[in-house]
Amino acid sequence: MKITSPEILNIRSEFPVLDQQVNGHPLTYLDNAATTQKPQRVIDALTNYYSKDNANIHRGIHTLAERATKAFEQTRTSLAQFIHASEKEEIIFTRGVTESVNLVAASFGKAFIKSGDEIILSGLEHHSNIVPWQLMAEERGAIIKVIPVHEDGTLDLPAYHHLLSNGRTKLVAVNHASNALGTINPVREIISAAHQNGAVVFIDGAQGVAHLPVDVQVLDCDFYAASGHKMYGPTGVGFLYGKRKWLDAMPPWQSGGEMIREVRFTKTTFNDIPYKFEAGTPNIADVVALHEAIQFIQTLGKPFIAAHEGDLLTYAANLLQDIKGIRFFGQAAEKVSVLSFTIDGLHHFDVGQLLDAKGIAVRTGHHCTQPLMERFGIEGTIRASFSVYNTFEEAEALASALKKITEKIK
Amino acid sequence: MMTPAGLQDEIVSEFQTLVGDLEMTLHYLMELGEKLAPLDASEKTETNIVKGCQSKVWLTASLQGQVIHFNGDSNTAITKGLVSLLIRIFNGQTPQQILDTEITFPSRIGMDRFIGTQRSNGFAAMIQQFKRYAIAFKTLQQTV
Repeated sequence: MKITSPEILNIRSEFPVLDQQVNGHPLTYLDNAATTQKPQRVIDALTNYYSKDNANIHRGIHTLAERATKAFEQTRTSLAQFIHASEKEEIIFTRGVTESVNLVAASFGKAFIKSGDEIILSGLEHHSNIVPWQLMAEERGAIIKVIPVHEDGTLDLPAYHHLLSNGRTKLVAVNHASNALGTINPVREIISAAHQNGAVVFIDGAQGVAHLPVDVQVLDCDFYAASGHKMYGPTGVGFLYGKRKWLDAMPPWQSGGEMIREVRFTKTTFNDIPYKFEAGTPNIADVVALHEAIQFIQTLGKPFIAAHEGDLLTYAANLLQDIKGIRFFGQAAEKVSVLSFTIDGLHHFDVGQLLDAKGIAVRTGHHCTQPLMERFGIEGTIRASFSVYNTFEEAEALASALKKITEKIK
Repeated sequence: MMTPAGLQDEIVSEFQTLVGDLEMTLHYLMELGEKLAPLDASEKTETNIVKGCQSKVWLTASLQGQVIHFNGDSNTAITKGLVSLLIRIFNGQTPQQILDTEITFPSRIGMDRFIGTQRSNGFAAMIQQFKRYAIAFKTLQQTV
């Protein structure tokens, strides 16, 4: 029995949604890789914005418009600091990683990808970091190559270097950490090898940004994207970081208001970055509230968050080892707090529903990584993913529920 | 032969004592599923798959005299239990009886609450598949 520290319990108390009964049991929320819960300060920021500051931003000259604009741009500044971008103009607000990938695929693709060029993805990617590239490659006659995945869930780096060696690679898109297995990818090595071979790199930071240190200048990545809702922020907001040299050179993607400089029926000229890529009225309230989510992470510090999540992962993995027929997927030495497994003789959907009956929320299925599931010859897994507000008692609840399920059924 | 309405009442009374206990309900469903004769592997084909379900569900049907006989299976135990309930209701009924039947038992035993949206869609797809077979056999009966 491991006791959760008062400090963690204190953090947990900031999340009102966690304090409830589900199907007659206290909620055990272990689906954090899908979306994290929101601290009260994020919820308050949304309410406050709509109660006090709501106005359209950037062009209004009245007081509310100024307040809203200031709050909106404050998030851009704090995000730039958060990931250590060299300037805040390199931060573009999007709906999340999916939209960020679509933006880069469409705009960068249009400007820089030609027929016969190669795009390298990894076998660990989420569908959102596969399909937009595929569509763009089809359109432009480019070729998709895939870095294979080892049995332990790590990437085959020699194979990656080999893929790069023909000099035809224009772009490499990989995730910082795998949503399905938790593997943390050696992105620095991946980026530097790509650059040596003249390719640019897009990092999907959906599973990285809330757990791992991110310094885009040290990483030297060309693009980095993340979703707000996976970092304690609201849904429907995220960001794309891009190096200025690329963002300046890329054509607009979506068009409309905000992204223009001057519109004439004969010719329209476009705004500078970041606005060039932010057509229309943005998701102001959620961007404003995202600032509070960043503050939440920064106040705790990522090392503190990662340490607790790591402890939970180790503790849960040890407890679950004894479950009859359990098979773990993703045994990399470096992992975010994702525990993916199957149980022999039990379908993951059944396990997920039986856990739900005990108030335990996990993810079951292919986790939007069908190629990866195919690599392991499975349809899907049961995935428990931990966050800073989870407790050791919750890991125990998961283990004892799984024990009961396996005993009762076999 | 009980009518579909009578069979639904029977199911409702069986589940009555379990209402409110999700875990027991799921276990009972799995038990019912286990009792369902498994489909032969050769019948687990793409054409027999019920589209719209998150789990894999197969359903076959044959006309025996005036009534339809169904067989079904699923790759997940809970869904297989749901399939077995629908088979119990629809098996041995005429195409017209099947088409006239409205499935009401889930809401009467608080089951629609936990079947879940995705599962509900799948459940609706299953019911639709029974009715599609009924339409097909009805047409066949009329043309013969």
